[in-house]
Amino acid sequence: MNKHVIVRTAAAASAIALLTSLAACGDNIPAGTAATANADGLSGNFAGAGASSQQSATEAWIAGFTASNTKAKISYNPSGSGAGVTTFLTGATAWAASDKALSDSEVEQSKDVCASGTAFDVPVYIAPIAVVFNLNGVSDAGKHVNMDAATIAKIFDGKITKWNDPSIQEQNPDITLPDTAITVVHRSDKSGTTQNFVEYLKAAAPDDWTYDLSENWPNEVGQGAKGTSGVISTISQADGTIGYADFSQVGELGTVSVKVGDEYVDISTQAASNAIADSTIDENVTGDNRVVVDVNHTTTADNAYPIVMVSYDIVCPVYQDSATTEFARDWLTYVVSTAGQSVASSATGSAPLPNNIVDRINESIAAMG
Amino acid sequence: MSTTSTGPSTGPTSTLTKPVSGKQVDKVFRAIAYACGILILVVLGAVALFLLFRAWPLIGGDQSAVSETISSFTGGKATNFWAYVGPLLFGTVLVAALALAIAFFVAIGIALFISHYAPKKLAAALSYVVDLLAAIPSVIYGLWGGLVLVPAIYPFWNWVATYLGWIPIFAGPAANPSRTVATVAVVLAIMILPIITSITRDIFLQTPRLQEEAALALGATKWEMVKLAVLPFGKSGVISASMLGLGRALGETMAVLMILSPGLKYSFRLLQASQDQTIAANIAAQYPEANELGVSVLIGTGLVLFVITFLVNFLARKITEKKAVK
Repeated sequence: MNKHVIVRTAAAASAIALLTSLAACGDNIPAGTAATANADGLSGNFAGAGASSQQSATEAWIAGFTASNTKAKISYNPSGSGAGVTTFLTGATAWAASDKALSDSEVEQSKDVCASGTAFDVPVYIAPIAVVFNLNGVSDAGKHVNMDAATIAKIFDGKITKWNDPSIQEQNPDITLPDTAITVVHRSDKSGTTQNFVEYLKAAAPDDWTYDLSENWPNEVGQGAKGTSGVISTISQADGTIGYADFSQVGELGTVSVKVGDEYVDISTQAASNAIADSTIDENVTGDNRVVVDVNHTTTADNAYPIVMVSYDIVCPVYQDSATTEFARDWLTYVVSTAGQSVASSATGSAPLPNNIVDRINESIAAMG
Repeated sequence: MSTTSTGPSTGPTSTLTKPVSGKQVDKVFRAIAYACGILILVVLGAVALFLLFRAWPLIGGDQSAVSETISSFTGGKATNFWAYVGPLLFGTVLVAALALAIAFFVAIGIALFISHYAPKKLAAALSYVVDLLAAIPSVIYGLWGGLVLVPAIYPFWNWVATYLGWIPIFAGPAANPSRTVATVAVVLAIMILPIITSITRDIFLQTPRLQEEAALALGATKWEMVKLAVLPFGKSGVISASMLGLGRALGETMAVLMILSPGLKYSFRLLQASQDQTIAANIAAQYPEANELGVSVLIGTGLVLFVITFLVNFLARKITEKKAVK
């Protein structure tokens, strides 16, 4: 009998232990440890958080950065753009990564975190967004399909429902398009990719795309899938699907060549970079040192691919402790350098920052500290 | 046969329980049992409090900020919490009810086969397999559903949409790939099948032998015997089992997240994509990119799910009690 009691006590105790450990899982403590001050040079722990789109690039940058700053420990938490900025504004992280520029109120709030001045954002990561499709006899033969912005907008708005619709066939005289129904695939979660893709549609085909800009997909056409990987796997599961995704994830699927000026431009990192080089920097933003790219979706520059996502790093000009300030300056300097951009490009298929943008970023970096 | 020795133990008899220590163990055990019983109440209360507390900014906070957050979640399709949670709740209940409708009859069939028809060896093997199925985590079902079932089931749903499309719930065209409510319901049905089967089988096996034999002696066929003796006896147990299954289906997250193409409508079109979404899957999908208020809104939807699960269980209890009184 004693033995039984012991067994039961043990069972009860383990049940309680299990419950408490489960309860601990529920705690939602923002990850990322505060950067610790350290007097001698670049050593210490530095944390960043933000856009999941930048995760692979940031990992590559961390590897490259710590190779020359062996004492620095850097971590990155891909918690999402919104969460990353929120965490940054509490002062828990050294920098934030975000798929969109800061809002005016966020700039205002940053006064409490930064030792002086307000936080600023600079573009660090340019990702071309591919319009991906899976169509028997076309995409598996490695062919591109040509489309102008209006056609893409109509397809994603459910106005064009067949692959052999005259408006698509007209633009593709060399391909025989089958009579297959089009299934649109979009992101079901909030995403900077969606935001940038619909920005393109709205800018380049305003008559055919009338929805408000949002990080969530605005209509109920087709199917939603979670994450880039979900979109890609859904597209590859059926014939006649079309969607949008980071260029690096496209794999074997077909991509749409987009009409720019009078040409149809295939997606490539260089073409995306060209589109950014032809874009302007928004001079009307509030706050100093900010470099916010106003992507020129209607560019007519030579070999420019206009569906591009620009992702930012957000830092303070001066931090409470000098080690973090130094880190932030060195970090940005490395990230936007030719070496940093090519590391990211080979890791993720991102497009290198064009020189005119890099010059502006370096001005902002010079103003730090 | 008990020992009367109360002095310091020396011999082999010392392992026998002393009357005094038995009483103490009894006390300790009672205390542990009480603690466990109270703990479950505390946990339930803590969960309810946590949900209310974290959802509070949604109820008591700035309503214009709330509607802005909801609008950003839905791409402007809903701005008010009830307009947001309504379709989600509808989707949750629809998917779970469909899964239960599919699983219920199959589960009873399997349970009856194991308890009354199968040869002993086969019954033992089947029981084992059913219990094994119950142990498979839902993410595996989700992966299997999303990667294997979705492309494979399209021809079937297409056939259904073509020939039964005149029934509104089967209205075509069937989505391709079939990331639809119908496919999710099938996967969830497979998921909740083992738990319903397992409990139902145990109850059917407990049917009093005398009643079964009495039915047979009165000239009943085997099916009539099952209908007269086994099913009425197991009724309340079967209902509790179904409610357990329904509970699992209501809260299922991963499988729905990985298969369903979500929408925000009150729609019965089972074969079309982007019609409905469940609360649990919506929380999982929106959470990573949600800001503070967004998290509150999502937890608010969680609170609604909590209440609904509670209500379902409460109703099931009522039904079972009535049946038991009869």
